[in-house]
Order: sequence, then structure tokens, then C-alpha cells
Amino acid sequence: MLRFSRSKIIATVAIIVIGLLLAVPSTMNREQRQAFLNAVPSWVPSWLVPSRAIVLGLDLQGGSHVLLEVDAQDLLRGQITILRDDVRRILRDTRVSSQNGIQTIPRGVQIRVPDAADRDRLIPRLRELAQPIGNAVLGQTGNNAIDINTTPDGVITLTYTEAGINERVRRAVDQSIEVIRRRVDATGTTEPSIQRQGADRVLVQVPGLQDPQQLKALLGETGNLEFRLLAQPGATDVDMLPMEDQGGQRVPVERRVIAEGGDLTDAQPAFDSQTNQPIVNFRFNIRGAQRFGQATTENLGRQLAIVLDNRVISAPTIQSPITGGAGQISGSFTVEQVNNLAVLLRSGALPAKLTIVEERTVGPGLGRDSIEAGKMATYVAAIFVIIFMFVTYGLFGLFANIALIVHVGLIFGLMSVLEATLTLPGIAGIVLTIGTAVDSNVLIYERIREEVRAGRSIVSGIQAGFDRAFATIVDSNSTMAIAAVILFFLGSGPVRGFAVVFILGILTTVLTAVTLTRMMIALWYHWMRPKVLPF
Amino acid sequence: MRLVRLWPENSHFDFMRFRRFSFPLSAVISILTAVMLLTGGLNFGIDFRGGTLMEIQAKSGQANVGQIRQVAEGFGFGDVEVQEFGSAGEVSLRFPIQEGGEAAQAAVVQKARDTFSNEYEFRRVETVGPRVSGELVQSGTIGIVLSVIAVLFYLWFRFERELAVASIIGTLHDIVLTIGFFVITGHEFNMTSIAAILTIVGYSLNETVVVFDRTRELMRRYKTMPAEELLNLSINHTMSRTVMTAATTALSLLALVLFGGQAIQGFAQVMLYGVVICTYSAICISSPMLIYIGLRGSETVKVPEGRAAAAE
Repeated sequence: MLRFSRSKIIATVAIIVIGLLLAVPSTMNREQRQAFLNAVPSWVPSWLVPSRAIVLGLDLQGGSHVLLEVDAQDLLRGQITILRDDVRRILRDTRVSSQNGIQTIPRGVQIRVPDAADRDRLIPRLRELAQPIGNAVLGQTGNNAIDINTTPDGVITLTYTEAGINERVRRAVDQSIEVIRRRVDATGTTEPSIQRQGADRVLVQVPGLQDPQQLKALLGETGNLEFRLLAQPGATDVDMLPMEDQGGQRVPVERRVIAEGGDLTDAQPAFDSQTNQPIVNFRFNIRGAQRFGQATTENLGRQLAIVLDNRVISAPTIQSPITGGAGQISGSFTVEQVNNLAVLLRSGALPAKLTIVEERTVGPGLGRDSIEAGKMATYVAAIFVIIFMFVTYGLFGLFANIALIVHVGLIFGLMSVLEATLTLPGIAGIVLTIGTAVDSNVLIYERIREEVRAGRSIVSGIQAGFDRAFATIVDSNSTMAIAAVILFFLGSGPVRGFAVVFILGILTTVLTAVTLTRMMIALWYHWMRPKVLPF
Repeated sequence: MRLVRLWPENSHFDFMRFRRFSFPLSAVISILTAVMLLTGGLNFGIDFRGGTLMEIQAKSGQANVGQIRQVAEGFGFGDVEVQEFGSAGEVSLRFPIQEGGEAAQAAVVQKARDTFSNEYEFRRVETVGPRVSGELVQSGTIGIVLSVIAVLFYLWFRFERELAVASIIGTLHDIVLTIGFFVITGHEFNMTSIAAILTIVGYSLNETVVVFDRTRELMRRYKTMPAEELLNLSINHTMSRTVMTAATTALSLLALVLFGGQAIQGFAQVMLYGVVICTYSAICISSPMLIYIGLRGSETVKVPEGRAAAAE
């Protein structure tokens, strides 16, 4: 019999009402949503109030999507420099000398210690460098980050293993995320999203950002600041570095670092009170202040070299000892440059260079147009389908149409709860499900019609129509789900938004097209007691 | 109220007859697709090819395409494609991938912004470096291959061997003809196109499953009915549903083509074409295929030799 018990009706209606209520916050803008949440009386438990909303994708609200990759080569170069310094320290500590110094090889360093007794003293100390990968909490992986090989004639090679490099890259990504967050926050953008992607990438998404030029400039710099001295003529331990305000001409700079970015506690853009030029004021921590004070006292009259990412950005002459721990960087900077420089110094250095491997920016105008076009397409599609179903199935078409509207509402409800991202392809997904959602109704109605034509009574025809069509409905939805699930796992960004909508649409269609329609038809039958099918 | 019926009740249409046209037609289009794929290939968008895409709109409402082209070619970033599209002075610029790795791509955007931002609004800027585009090609290919494998497994569990084979032929047919649409029209092929192809795979399977479900039901009821007659009956039984679903889906896609805006139009056009192809293949390819594969395994229905030869 075509029966729908009272409890079942209540349950169905309750689920649908809850589902639709969940979509309510998504229909409001931020201010309205806050006002709504404030208006709810305080005795209502917070979990009862729908507060989550759909997030608009960057393609709809406008903004920038920048995918950065840690430059593994650059990272490895830095790691090798550290390794070289460590080896030098150990050689000094153990009073062993390498025959031809410390050679840098592609993935590590090489030394030559012909004396076996020296080697025996040295190697245990070197082994300490080859720390195992992993950490105390997660346990050891059994792999070392550095391999140490010795040949009989005394050549000792220390190389980073594949696992060791990967481990460093992974750590570099974690550190980079922190640094990037500080830098992006400093630009005053709202709600940036910064997350790891894959092994060596960071995805930065900044809604509302129109021209990501400043962001890219900020993220393109490592931000490694060093205070050194310009070398005096004849000095040996020097690096030749380009000098920024002299057209990139290379000048000799002492290798010894007096203080570095990590010693800074603050950096702010400002204007020089005399020349009115943009400058950066900074403060050292205690360690930095001491070392800086001592160096400036000892080297009065010499030129300081302020080195950022291996470029000398300023070379002021030390006119008096700077012992207060505060100083300034001046040079031929623009206001924007000092702003960026201050941000770089405050946020600390990146562990390695980051390369932009993908950038997608949508202007707010296009985003707005896309939303408008998407709405329009959704309304038109709904009207097309609603009219079409009504002229084909009459009253039953009306039931299907109610189910269809509820179906779209439920997709929005589910997306709100999941705080899913609605993208432009996602809107296309909604429009497409408007077309496919009624498929279940069509399958049922056609089956009912067939059963009744085959001689069944109207009640048993409806019953049989629902029962027999159900297997096909499950089938036809699972076939669509196959494609959608694959798309969800493979796609990124906008395309994934399409898959999400499609998967949710498949879930809700079973509830609306089968259960809800069946309920409406059952109630209609009990009220009207019809003798013939209305279509 | 008089209700509209798209398909007559109790139809007895001989659908199997269509195979004489549909088989050669599909074969020709498939071969043409394969040949064009090998010679010309797909018109890859920047997702797969890498490079920079910019969409700019004239602030005055009137874009000077000739001037933009001339200026952009003067940048020295290689062959730039400049096209007017949409309405109200919208122009798209496509720069090829630049030598010198990922960092070199950024210079293109910078230069274009500096040059055009006074008179034009930058509506969209996309830069895809060589590594990312390589990965997208990979994941797109994996996606299509995976979907075919998933479909195979599904059909293996769901149907007898004969029906499964016919369905998978239908699905492959639809993939090939959809790719054919891209090759023949020169429609841009990007990540959204992969989404369209996967959705078409789902829809194609959906269509075949509905018909074959009925075929199986009828096979149990009419144990001795010849394959051709049985298949015709299955399609006639399910035809009103097929037409309705194709119509509602096509209508909503039509709304998307007409009003969805330029950014989504390409996807909607492909899907609209896909719905037509899937409906066609379920009726004119997968079902008649069963006449040759045989419906009931060992008790294969015999087809007179002359007709089989003519159809091939």
C-alpha cells in the first residue's frame, strides 16, 4: 500500500527543513550574518544556530592564487655551506688539517686527511653531523641525512642523502609558511590562506588582491640580512658582492658577519629627519647590540656593508660607535621599497628561495560578472526545467519541481555546513544537476505509467513504479558519482569545486527525488483518492 | 490540461536499423579524430601548455586590438595571440612559455601590466610555469584513464560480460568523439575540458545502464526473442525517459551556454555536445553492438551473414 507513516513524514520534513536552514547564512553577506548571529537570543545553544557559510572561490570573489615552490637547489647550496662550516669547526676542534682544504662537491663536501690516526680522531666527530632523519616523537626512520665515505687514501666525503634533502625541503616548507604568513599579514590583506601543497610547495591565496605585484615582490626575496664590513684593500677572506646603488658593480665584502637579520627585534619604515629620504629604522636584541657596538667601536671610519640576499643594499660609513642597539638603513630607496624591506626584516628570512610556479589572478569585476552570469544561468535553467516538467507530467511534474527546488537548497545547505568553496565550475555543476536531478523523477514516472498501462491499479502502479525504478536510480547516480569522485581527487581549485557540487547533488537527489516525491504522492493519494493517473 | 508527450506511447520503432549509418559514421569521425590528433593535435590552453593568459577590458569600452597586438609583439616575449572576445572591448592575450624557467614568466605579466594598465582593466591573469603544466597534463591523463578503469570495474560487477563489453565500447566511443569535438573545432582544451570529459563518461554510462537494465529484464521475460527484436523493445520502452532526461539536461546546459558568461561557456558547449553524443551512442552504438557480441553468451544470436557484412 502507498502508505507514509506520520513519524516518517515528520522525519523527512525535519531533515529537509534543517538542511534548508543550514543554507540561510550563505544567503547573507558578512555584516548581515553577524547581525543575525547577534540577534539570536543567548539561551539558544550555539550549535543550534546555523553560522557556517559557503566560501566563494577566488574566481568568483576576485583575488590572487600564487603557488610557490621551494628551490631545492638553493636550499641544498645553503645546507652545504652550513656543512662546510661544521666540518671546518670540527677540523679546528680536533686539530686535524685537510690537505687541500674543504672542497665543495655537488651534494656535499670533501676533505683529504691522509694520516690514519688523524682520521680515527676525526670521523667519530663527523658522524655526529650525520644525524638520523625523523624526530623524537615520530621515531627514527633509520636513514641518515648525511652519508660519510672514506677511501683508503684518506679522502672523506660527506654527502646529503636523497632522504636527507627531502627532509630539509619538508622542513623548509614548514618554516616558509610561517615566514610567508608574517609577510602577507604585513601587507594588510584580509583572510589570506597559506597552506602546504605536496612535498615542496606552498599555496598562497589572497582574496580581493588585484595586483599581486607587491605580494610577489615580498615572496620573491629570501630576506637574508647580514651586517658585514666592506673589505680593506688587500684583505683575503672576501666575497665579491654587487652593490645596489652603484649599478650592480661588485665590491669586496668581508666574510665575517657582525650581526644578522635574526638579531633584529624590530624594523620600521621611516623618513630621515634631515634628508627626508625613506629609510628603515631597526633595533637589535641584546646579542646583536653587543656585537654591533663592539664592531662599530673597533672600526670607526670604515664602511659597513648591509647585505640583503647577497646584495649590498647600503654601505654607510661608521661615524660614531653605535652602542644603543638601534640603527637605520638608508640608501636610494623608494617609499615602497623601504616598506617592503621593513616587512622582510620583521618577518625573518626564508630558509630558501621560493619560485612562483603558478599564478592566477581574477579581478573583482570579472568575479562579479561571473556571479551574475551564474545566477542568471541557474534561474533560467530552473525555469526551463520547471516548465518542461510541468507540461509533461502536470501535477506529478509539480511534485518533481518542488523536489528540485528543495534539492538545490539542500546542496547549498550541505555546502554551507562543510564550508565548501563555490567556484564558477561549481555553479556550472549546480546548473547541470538541475537538469539531471529530475532524471530520477522521470525514471519513476515513466515506470509508473508503464505499470498502470500494463493493467495495474493506480496504487499498485505507483508502488511498483517506485520500487522498480529505485535500482535504476541507484545505478544512474552511481555512474555519475564515479566520474565526480575521480575529478575530486585529481582536480584542484575551480575544477574540484565542480566535483564537490556534483557529489553533493547526487547525495541529495536520492532524498528529494525519491523520498520527498514519494511522500508528496502518498499524501496526494490519500486526500484525493484519484481513479486515474494525472498524466 | 493536455500534457505534452515527447515520445509516443507504445512505440515500435526499429532502432537497430540505424546501425547501418551510425557504425560507419562513428568510425569515420573516430578515424578523422585520430588522424587530426596525430597531425595537428589539440589546441591546448595554458593549463597544459604553460604560458601566460591575460584578459583585459578597455576602460573606455572600445579596445584597439591592432594596437595591442603591435605593442605586445614588440615586447619580445615570442608569438603572442591577441583576440577580441565577449563584448564591450574585452581582449585576451596569450603569451607562450618563456625560456629561463619559472621566474622568466613573471616578467611577461609585469611588462603587460606596466604597459596597458592605464587604458585597460586586468580582469584575469594566469601564469602557468612549465613544471605545473607538465603535472596538469599528467593528472588530466590519469583522470581519464582512471575513469575508464573505474567504469570497467563497475560494469564488471554490474553486468554480464556481453553487456559490459558493449557499454565500455560505448563509453570509449563517447570519449573519442568528445576529443574529436575539440580537435575538429579547435576548441581550447584545458583542465575544465577534462572535467567535461569525465562528466560525459558518467552521463554516457548512465544512458547505457538504463537501456541495458531493461534489456536484461526483457531477456528474462522473453527467453527466445532474437537479439535485434529484444534490443529494439528495450530502447522503445526506455525511450520516453531517455528523451526527457536528455531534454532537461540539454535545457539546463543551454541556459549555461546562453547566460553563463564567457568563462564557463566552453565547458557548457562541450557538455551539450556530450549529451547528444551519449544519447546517440547508447541507442545507435552500444545496443546494436550487442547484435554482434551476442546477448546470451554461448547461445549467441545469429545474424545473417550478408547483413553483418553490410553493417561493417
